[in-house]
Amino acid sequence: MLAYTIRRVAQSALVLLIVGLVAFSMFRFVGDPIENMLGQERTVEDIERLRDQLGLNQSFAVQYYRFLEGAVQGNFGVSYRQGRPVAEILMERAPATLELAAVSAILAIIFGIAFGVFTAIRRDGFVANFIMSASLIGVSLPTFLIGILLIYIFSVELNWLPSFGRGETVDIGGWSTGFLTESGLKALILPAITLGLYQMTLIMRLVRSEMLEVLRQDYIRFACARGLKDRTINFRHALKNTMVPVITVIGLQLGAIIAFAIITETVFQWPGVGLLFINAIQFVDIPVMAAYLMLISVMFVAINLIVDMLYFFIDPRLRVDRAGGH
Amino acid sequence: MKPTSVFTLAAVLMATAAPLSAETLRWARSGDALTLDPHAQNEGPTHTIRHQMYEPLIIRDVTGAFEAALATDWAPSADDPNVWTFNLREGVTFHDGAAFTAEDVVFSFERAKQPNSDMKELIGSITEVRAVDDFTVEIVTDGPNPILPSNLTNLFMMDKDWTEANDTVAVQDFDGGEITFATTNANGTGPYVLQSREPDVKTVMVRNEDYWGIDQFPMDVTEIIYTPIQNPATRVAAMLSGEIDFLQDMPVQDLERVNAADGLVVKQAPQNRVIFFGMNQGADDIEADNIDGANPLADVRVRQAMSMAINRDAIRQVVMRGQSEPAGMIAPPFVNGWTAEMDAESSTDVEGAKALLAEAGYEDGFSIRLDCPNDRYVNDEGICQATVGMLGQIGITVNLDAKPKAQHFPLITDGQTDFYMLGWGVPTYDSEYIFNFLVHGRESDIGTWNGTGYDNDELDAMIQSLASNTDLEARNADIASIWRVVQDEQLYIPVHHQVLNWGMSERVGIEVDPEDQPKIKYFTMN
Repeated sequence: MLAYTIRRVAQSALVLLIVGLVAFSMFRFVGDPIENMLGQERTVEDIERLRDQLGLNQSFAVQYYRFLEGAVQGNFGVSYRQGRPVAEILMERAPATLELAAVSAILAIIFGIAFGVFTAIRRDGFVANFIMSASLIGVSLPTFLIGILLIYIFSVELNWLPSFGRGETVDIGGWSTGFLTESGLKALILPAITLGLYQMTLIMRLVRSEMLEVLRQDYIRFACARGLKDRTINFRHALKNTMVPVITVIGLQLGAIIAFAIITETVFQWPGVGLLFINAIQFVDIPVMAAYLMLISVMFVAINLIVDMLYFFIDPRLRVDRAGGH
Repeated sequence: MKPTSVFTLAAVLMATAAPLSAETLRWARSGDALTLDPHAQNEGPTHTIRHQMYEPLIIRDVTGAFEAALATDWAPSADDPNVWTFNLREGVTFHDGAAFTAEDVVFSFERAKQPNSDMKELIGSITEVRAVDDFTVEIVTDGPNPILPSNLTNLFMMDKDWTEANDTVAVQDFDGGEITFATTNANGTGPYVLQSREPDVKTVMVRNEDYWGIDQFPMDVTEIIYTPIQNPATRVAAMLSGEIDFLQDMPVQDLERVNAADGLVVKQAPQNRVIFFGMNQGADDIEADNIDGANPLADVRVRQAMSMAINRDAIRQVVMRGQSEPAGMIAPPFVNGWTAEMDAESSTDVEGAKALLAEAGYEDGFSIRLDCPNDRYVNDEGICQATVGMLGQIGITVNLDAKPKAQHFPLITDGQTDFYMLGWGVPTYDSEYIFNFLVHGRESDIGTWNGTGYDNDELDAMIQSLASNTDLEARNADIASIWRVVQDEQLYIPVHHQVLNWGMSERVGIEVDPEDQPKIKYFTMN
């Protein structure tokens, strides 16, 4: 067990290092940050001085090493655009993204499972067919288009919901929340739907196909033969047995929701880390880009690591194999 | 009196007792101010936000003309052209109640000259600022500087005591990531007072009821809520849905929709920015073409032919949807030295262009790479694409290479491009600024944006003499003759002047400012 854990953690650390290395080798192609930092009146001396000060004259390997050196001490450097420590900016932006991701995930899970079960049970019904066709929209339309469509319908035409921003927020111990004000909750609706739609349709289609699979099993037929109520069969026996793969996918999709919030945040001017990252790319704000990419890769690696460790507990065969007794 | 009529009377009294109802202006544009420190960054959107809270000695009004702000009048001394005397406005207070005096002016100039200051280049000619009495200062320059006032319109005045008390005398070290008190707080003399600020999210300002000019300017807006919205479609949607009263950085393709919407208008004016192409004419051979051992761009006939091949009206109609003014010189119309005649000197003549090319020995044409930005100017990449087709008509095959600005501009400043697009704004409203950066031969601190390889010593000497020529008539004659050389040499190929569009609710009354720096104190609301 210990050896397995150590091996998996070491692999994760290696993945992180490689992600960072690839990221840093790409930054030189994004452009020259100096261009945006100094006005058009700058002189050649100004450029040289700043380039020297920021260490941009060094090779990317050296820059990467210096980034790692700071990162392990919790220092991600200073944003070129905002002139503030990156860690502070990320902490300030994280609540917006996490709240949006949480609401999207909850919406996706609730509606995904509900629609999935419904379409599986009423396989040939009109409503079920309609939901199935409509779900193609969620899978095939790009997120930014869905966002703009929702803005057009609910903000511009109907004037029901705000088209951008987070509304009023309340600060609780450094965590700014939009859950406590009416405008904050209203502002959440459109971005949460936009961000969660893809995940919802994915979960729905997965639940449906798993349900159909399970409903064909012998034990369901025996349950029917015993005269159990449909409800008991569908929810106590069938749904429960479809949940194992569904939960695995949901876990992995959680990371994706946070990572793909970039597009939704740009469309809705949602002040989270995704919008921060887009701004950073346009401005060639290397410290922010580096910190964000590392943060996202840490998150994905951590989720994968946890899933791997869970398998170890769930699947006894794995344990026996790794014990090395055979 | 019956009780009901007492209530009616009270209601009437209450209604009339509050004639100044609260007017909130919800204002959006694509980006936010980088910092509030008055001297840390010399950048348009940052200055715009500061202008609401801080004031310089002199500002530009909506038409671009000088207007007295914290100085009431100014003039060079009769006996010494190196000394300017500024008389200060009396009775002005900062937001914290402290009085504005000459001491604050001296302090602010000293602060703006610190190494970390981004404003130091603009006031580089100033050697000393001294207080004569409480409301008079003298500014000493290292030589006569006829255009000194135009360098002061974004130089904001701070309170010496406030700055010292909050330990923020040193200008924020922006590149070093320093946060000072002045970065997030403001104490100016301006018409609006900072109420709250979340960078990149929201900035709220309220009217300064003690402002010295509260009776001189409309000042109808009592509260300003400023929100950057990055995505152009979202920006327009927010305007259409009535969540925004005033919008800058309006996308060209949505002008019609906003204008057609109920209660919204779009106002426009020529912007202080001209778009043009530069060509490397100084090198013996260039890399970007297919001609070995020669540089076709070195021949003035080729450059003229290229200019004649470009149909500026077609670009205006098709690419810019009418939102540009064809240009014949690389100076925006309000700049000293601009003339309508020279600005009309570009014409389209495809046959003539072919003949000129043939005369220069390139009747079969040649191929060349065009470097173009794709996120800096209005429809920049589209203009370049149109140019590719137009130059193709005279046999010049152009390979377009469009990139983000952060990758494009280093090519020009490092001399790695032979044919490029550039846009130029002139904050000083004087041709000298254009010559210094775009015409003078490239050296470490002058000619930095001249990517043409053009270097004319005689012209350079003339450009340098402009800085200290106080005889304005002779100076203007020099400017005119420098322009003549630039035009005749076809140093650049002018394309057009950008047009600036502001979207606003019909209730808002304001004219477009060519510098794209709205000052909310001029806004009326009805």
